[in-house]
Amino acid sequence: MTFAVTILAQDAAPAAGSMPGWFMPGKGLLAITLVIVAAAVMLSILWARSGRPIRIRKIAGLDAVDEAVGRATEMGRPVLFIPGIQDVDNIQTVAGITILGKVAKTAAEYDAEIEVPTTRSLVMTTAREAVHAAYMTAGRSDSYNPDRIYYVSDEQFAFVAYAGGLMQRKRPAACFYFGCFFAESLILAENGNSIGAIQVAGTAETTQLPFFVASCDYTLIGEEFFAASAYLSGEPDQLGTLLGQDLVKGVAWAAVLVAAVLATAAALTGHAGLAAFVDGARAALGGG
Amino acid sequence: MAVVLASLVGLVMVLTAFVRPLEFLGTAVVDWFNVLAAIAFVLGGANLLKMNLMKISARDAGWGYAAITVGAFLVTIGVGLLKVGAHPDPLHPDVALSGDKEAVGGAFWWLYEYAMSPITSTLFALLAFYVASAAFRAFRAKNTAAILLLGTAFIVLLGRVYVGVLLTSWIPADNAWVSWLRLENLSGIIMGVFNNAGTRAMMIGIAIGIAATSLKILVGLDRSYLGSGD
Repeated sequence: MTFAVTILAQDAAPAAGSMPGWFMPGKGLLAITLVIVAAAVMLSILWARSGRPIRIRKIAGLDAVDEAVGRATEMGRPVLFIPGIQDVDNIQTVAGITILGKVAKTAAEYDAEIEVPTTRSLVMTTAREAVHAAYMTAGRSDSYNPDRIYYVSDEQFAFVAYAGGLMQRKRPAACFYFGCFFAESLILAENGNSIGAIQVAGTAETTQLPFFVASCDYTLIGEEFFAASAYLSGEPDQLGTLLGQDLVKGVAWAAVLVAAVLATAAALTGHAGLAAFVDGARAALGGG
Repeated sequence: MAVVLASLVGLVMVLTAFVRPLEFLGTAVVDWFNVLAAIAFVLGGANLLKMNLMKISARDAGWGYAAITVGAFLVTIGVGLLKVGAHPDPLHPDVALSGDKEAVGGAFWWLYEYAMSPITSTLFALLAFYVASAAFRAFRAKNTAAILLLGTAFIVLLGRVYVGVLLTSWIPADNAWVSWLRLENLSGIIMGVFNNAGTRAMMIGIAIGIAATSLKILVGLDRSYLGSGD
């Protein structure tokens, strides 16, 4: 507790802080937030492990995976999965690869062909590992074809040109876009829409979400995208992390509400102490 | 072993953000990743050649594009490696390959400037048409929510063009009770208050989601990225 108070004081006035030299100045609040998030998630995992039930709301986009892959199987067309256009050092790519594993398992069970073009060779290697594991889990390792997971180009629009051409030629019945996308999101999704594919997308790029919402059948918005792996696995450990996220969200919601009330009260009453407190809190949070 | 390694490295990377003596590791690991990615690029290049040569050999649909891809790939690599058209470095005029391959006037520069850049710009420009077709679908007034979306989009679009500003220019700008009704102000309120609030709510959820996902990877709960299945 003393440590937490000390680092918060240093955040507010770095020069006057009495923190040991090894701690980065101005990172106190971030460190405390990190500890709270980690504690909430870990406690929730323990809660879930103890066997207590955890209710999770339906995510239509993820429930549609079976339907989309099944449709592709019936139509004899491939399933297209694009894990974003960033490298494996991007958390969205990692989350996308996790979902790829689940989609590939369903494809293996249905004996549908899955095609994964990538923009980075390291993503290609990682995706191959995930898909291979999924085929083995489904007991269909003989059907696994590494040549269906391949590298195209690091260049954003070169990749889009290839993916667009692939969609028009092979006409996949189901298209999945899970990862980090930029301007290419709309070109990909509109191409998929034009060929009548069932499309499911998920990204944490808020600027691209409207494009996916407009062109795809289902879109996983922000946090839903990161919750997907837990939702699809159904394991208590994984579901526990969702409970932890909700707890932290509740804390954030309460903090926003209190801050809004205090800032409004400071503005309306002109109380100097309240205004100083609000300004201090804003400065500690890195606000302008 | 891979999980332990991933957890250990991940934990150290988290600490680099807070512990000053470990700060150098943050940049060092990024350098290591870049070296690894550069080596992996050879793997990617080899895979690109293999896939396209297979397509040409099998005369698959679109094999002509594959032939162009292979040709462009080899020409670009050849031009870059041999520094075609690049003048030797003034400090080493006798060494033929001492010049900068990307120097203005060189073949590599020419390829980027007159092939790569226009093609990229063309593809980017296509976005305008895709936006139009997506907007046409999204803004169809088929229910209450769609009508609200259409109305809001209409106000925001009009508030950002001269004709929109002109339409409500008769509303006095200096009267605080009515000036917000001017389209440029209404558009600003929608973007700055409603849109901003929604975006920030999403950003908070995303940040918490990223933290939880990272934690799952750090403690080895999520190993699917290593190919370990469920």
